[in-house]
Amino acid sequence: MTDRSEIYDQVVAQIAPFNKKGVKLSEGTTFAGDLEWDSLTVMDFVAAIEDEFDIIISMNMQAEIETVGQLVDAVVKLRG
Amino acid sequence: MTDLFSKFDPLIEMRANLLETGVTDPFGLVMEKVVSPTVAICNGRETILLGTYNYMGMTFDPDVIQAGKDALDQFGSGTTGSRVLNGTYAGHKAVEEALKDFYGMDHAMVFSTGYQANLGIISTIAGKGDYIVLDIDSHASIWDGCKMGDAEVVPFKHNDLDAMEKRLKRIPEGAGKLVVLEGVYSMLGDIAPLKEMIAVAKAHGAMVLVDEAHSMGFIGPNGRGVAEDQGVLDQVDFVIGTFSKSVGTVGGFCVSNHPKFEIMRLVCRPYVFTASLPPSVVATAATSIRKLMHAGNKRAHLWENSRTLHKGLRDAGFQLGTTEPQSAIISVIMPDLERGAAMWEALLHEGLYVNLARPPATPAGMTLLRCSLCAEHSAEQVQTIIGMFTRAGRTTGIIG
Repeated sequence: MTDRSEIYDQVVAQIAPFNKKGVKLSEGTTFAGDLEWDSLTVMDFVAAIEDEFDIIISMNMQAEIETVGQLVDAVVKLRG
Repeated sequence: MTDLFSKFDPLIEMRANLLETGVTDPFGLVMEKVVSPTVAICNGRETILLGTYNYMGMTFDPDVIQAGKDALDQFGSGTTGSRVLNGTYAGHKAVEEALKDFYGMDHAMVFSTGYQANLGIISTIAGKGDYIVLDIDSHASIWDGCKMGDAEVVPFKHNDLDAMEKRLKRIPEGAGKLVVLEGVYSMLGDIAPLKEMIAVAKAHGAMVLVDEAHSMGFIGPNGRGVAEDQGVLDQVDFVIGTFSKSVGTVGGFCVSNHPKFEIMRLVCRPYVFTASLPPSVVATAATSIRKLMHAGNKRAHLWENSRTLHKGLRDAGFQLGTTEPQSAIISVIMPDLERGAAMWEALLHEGLYVNLARPPATPAGMTLLRCSLCAEHSAEQVQTIIGMFTRAGRTTGIIG
């Protein structure tokens, strides 16, 4: 099983191309508030994360994910 | 006290700003008189209608109107009850028979609106633990059906076969899967590659629902829709449709060959817990559907109209939603809401009504002037429309 910090690094790398404002990222960075992503950006980013980790993050799950840290936890869980 | 309406403040402000520019409210148009399927009186002015869903022009068909009048006389103005209690009249069974004949399918279930048909069928068949894989540009009624049913909702990029397949592959083994597609996507008027998508869906063991609201009556050799046109209608588990477009009245339906389909009448809440359609509505629908089975000439003329308008607007310099005409919808892409509203108003002054469509209804935050053609538009009217667009486009600076 991949280490959590390794997944965190992978997630951060996936955020980079969408981080137009160059916001400094941490566990607590929020997608809607700090990164100011609209729904279209969220869709493209979720697709990128799903492809990177070969998982599905359904809309239902997305509703519970607000921060980078929560996303990393979700990826860890989904990868089992 | 927290004002529950404060969440609407951004929209209220946006609307106020738009109306402050002095533009006519694009969402407050009143048709004072309706002359025909293609002409109405708006603000006292005779206006060509290019923004209705009256694709086959059935609203003033004499047989359709007569059937409605007869039903009003014989069955009264309304049923005052649910389909499963006192709300099923002979006319409701007759329109379901007409649908079965129209699609060549075993079962048909009529809802009070197309919205309720999607809401009811999707939420009832895909429940907790099931997966719905759907196009991101799906209609609001599809999204609402997904939400109501509590299934896991997995959207994919519009018309992207690979994105759809990747998601289907990742669904846990043994989970129920429903793929939801539309024949024609109503904002840009583009069609789905149903043949390829349905093959992939079936290969992954998914059931397939196709919303053919904007193709019924027009696309396909018998007007059954895009799935028929691409030769895959027999692979579709559920077709959703509406009476409020080509059929020319109001109501929604699902047709299916599923052997257990009839149980839906007892378990589908948006079917059970609402009043059934009035007798006059189902009578007009049944008559219209049966006439649409033999409307090959009208279909051919509507295709001519669509091709002529598409070419005329493209040649005039407008940016369109599709490179080729794929349906009866031609979408003209506007640079932003403000200029879109100005163009919409200029067209209205010319005597032309189109739909102004804006987010969240539109994909990618676009503002669109959506034109939908009718089989009753004459070739001459289409030329008049192109002239109106060209003049209005120059006045507002949309084209050079």
